[in-house]
Amino acid sequence: MSSSGPEGPWARHSRYALPAGAGILFLAAWEWAVAAWNVPKFVLPAPSLIAAALINDGPSLMQSLWFTTKVTLGAFLSAVATGISLGVLFTLNRTLERTLWPYAVMLQVTPVVAIAPLVIIWVGFEKLWLALLILAWLVAFFPILSNTTIGLASADHGLKNLFELYGASRWKRFRYLQFPSALPYILGGVRVSGGLALIGAVVAEFVAGSGTATGLAWRIVESGNMLNIPRMFAALLMLSVFGIVLFYLTMWLQWALLHRWHESQVRREN
Amino acid sequence: MPMSETKPLVRLAGIRKVFSNGTEAIRGLDLDVRSGEFISLLGPSGCGKSTALRMIAGLGEPSEGSIDWPSSSYDAAGRPEREIGFVFQEPTLMPWATVFDNVALPFTLKDRPKGDVATRVQEALAMVGLDRFAKSYPRELSGGMKMRVSIARALVLRPKVLLMDEPFAALDEITRFKLNNDLLALWEKQRWTVVFVTHSVYESVYLSTRIVVMAARPGRVVGELAVPAPYPRGTDFRTSQPYNDLCRNVSEMLDRAMDADPAM
Ligand SMILES: Nc1ncnc2c1ncn2[C@@H]1O[C@H](COP(=O)(O)OP(=O)(O)O)[C@@H](O)[C@H]1O
Ligand SMILES: [Mg+2]
Repeated sequence: MSSSGPEGPWARHSRYALPAGAGILFLAAWEWAVAAWNVPKFVLPAPSLIAAALINDGPSLMQSLWFTTKVTLGAFLSAVATGISLGVLFTLNRTLERTLWPYAVMLQVTPVVAIAPLVIIWVGFEKLWLALLILAWLVAFFPILSNTTIGLASADHGLKNLFELYGASRWKRFRYLQFPSALPYILGGVRVSGGLALIGAVVAEFVAGSGTATGLAWRIVESGNMLNIPRMFAALLMLSVFGIVLFYLTMWLQWALLHRWHESQVRREN
Repeated sequence: MPMSETKPLVRLAGIRKVFSNGTEAIRGLDLDVRSGEFISLLGPSGCGKSTALRMIAGLGEPSEGSIDWPSSSYDAAGRPEREIGFVFQEPTLMPWATVFDNVALPFTLKDRPKGDVATRVQEALAMVGLDRFAKSYPRELSGGMKMRVSIARALVLRPKVLLMDEPFAALDEITRFKLNNDLLALWEKQRWTVVFVTHSVYESVYLSTRIVVMAARPGRVVGELAVPAPYPRGTDFRTSQPYNDLCRNVSEMLDRAMDADPAM
């Protein structure tokens, strides 16, 4: 969709107006249906009740959101850093790759839920945030590692020859050929990893149960136990808004770094 | 003419190339490339033209025989300081870099004094008629323009030898003719030595001072032919009787080699 041209302003606004309108219609129908059929609020609260919960419990929910944000972003950023570094190391040293790859796969295929109790015991309840961060990192790390290794190996054969012809040093080959070739792959991994970090943080907190965890996941469990369903919905809403922000952030990053040259980001004028 | 020079620029003697999978790509290749020549390696696909060209560039060692650069000095590692520009069949550009950065790549990789890089890059771009496109990205260019960028990159270090591996094979005929003429005009001005790989009889006759005809299984030289026509060459030459005679001679050379090959 181009910003100008034959589609005009309606097409541009409809991109936001259509989903927003549909959302409002949906909420109105929901509000009406709950009243019409007398649905109890501990089964399905009306949107107005959820909004009230969002306002009343706002400050404490925001604190929980902050906790979840810290764990998720911490895990996500460490996943990016370690995934790329290890991917680069693997490419530089095949022996290291052959040695460690099976263990990386093992960490990936073992469900977090199964390792969570162990990690929590090791790290200790007083540092539960760290345990959660490690668990979320475990989930988020693999796509970046595997995409980095594939990306670094995907440089064009002709360009490799050219670099050899001009006697490029190892570092220059990495800096000017391998890394830029890998960038689209790495950013693809980063996008997947962002979502996984959030899932990891939430699942790990569910498993951790109470303790000192005060993130949104725990607030959902707690609200469920107390049959405070409006607050549960409010917490859920915050989680999904956070997820959406994270999603668009990684998408923006991908666009910012690739739009000048990569086919995936190019809008062709036919 | 530079043909009379005694020492060749590059001498290939008794070259044999066997790949690790057992393919014998080249057997018994002797070739002297003299300074200032425009020499074409002509032959059907699979006769080892690219392999030969790559070995001249130092990409891959011959299994037997030697490649010498009698008039070049050697660097500390004992490698000849070949000043080579290489143009591949594909433009082989970095899609993430601008035209300017693509052409500047040889400087970037070579750790040379960087003072006049910008001037030299602009100069090379002007040579191929792309000075206005320095800031463009490769995807914004046509096939012919990408090939021009590739040629500018090969020329930017002012090499003595330009190696070209079927550079125009993927282009349409009109663009190819245009690039042929532009290349010849540049060569007449600069007089580097050109080794030009092609499978087109017409292209080889039109461009070269000398044609080396090769055949496959195993890759070998089956004949050699000088093209005495003067430069500049143009449409007049393309339609002249000597041009037609030369094309026929070269084709017959190729046919004789093919007839002897049971697999064709
Ligand atoms: N890296 C390689 N490994 C094995 N065989 C190769 C390799 N490169 C080329 N060949 C073989 O060597 C022969 C000559 O190849 P090439 O030099 O590319 O021919 P041309 O450029 O004349 O078409 C062909 O039979 C080809 O299959
Ligand atoms: Mg070839």
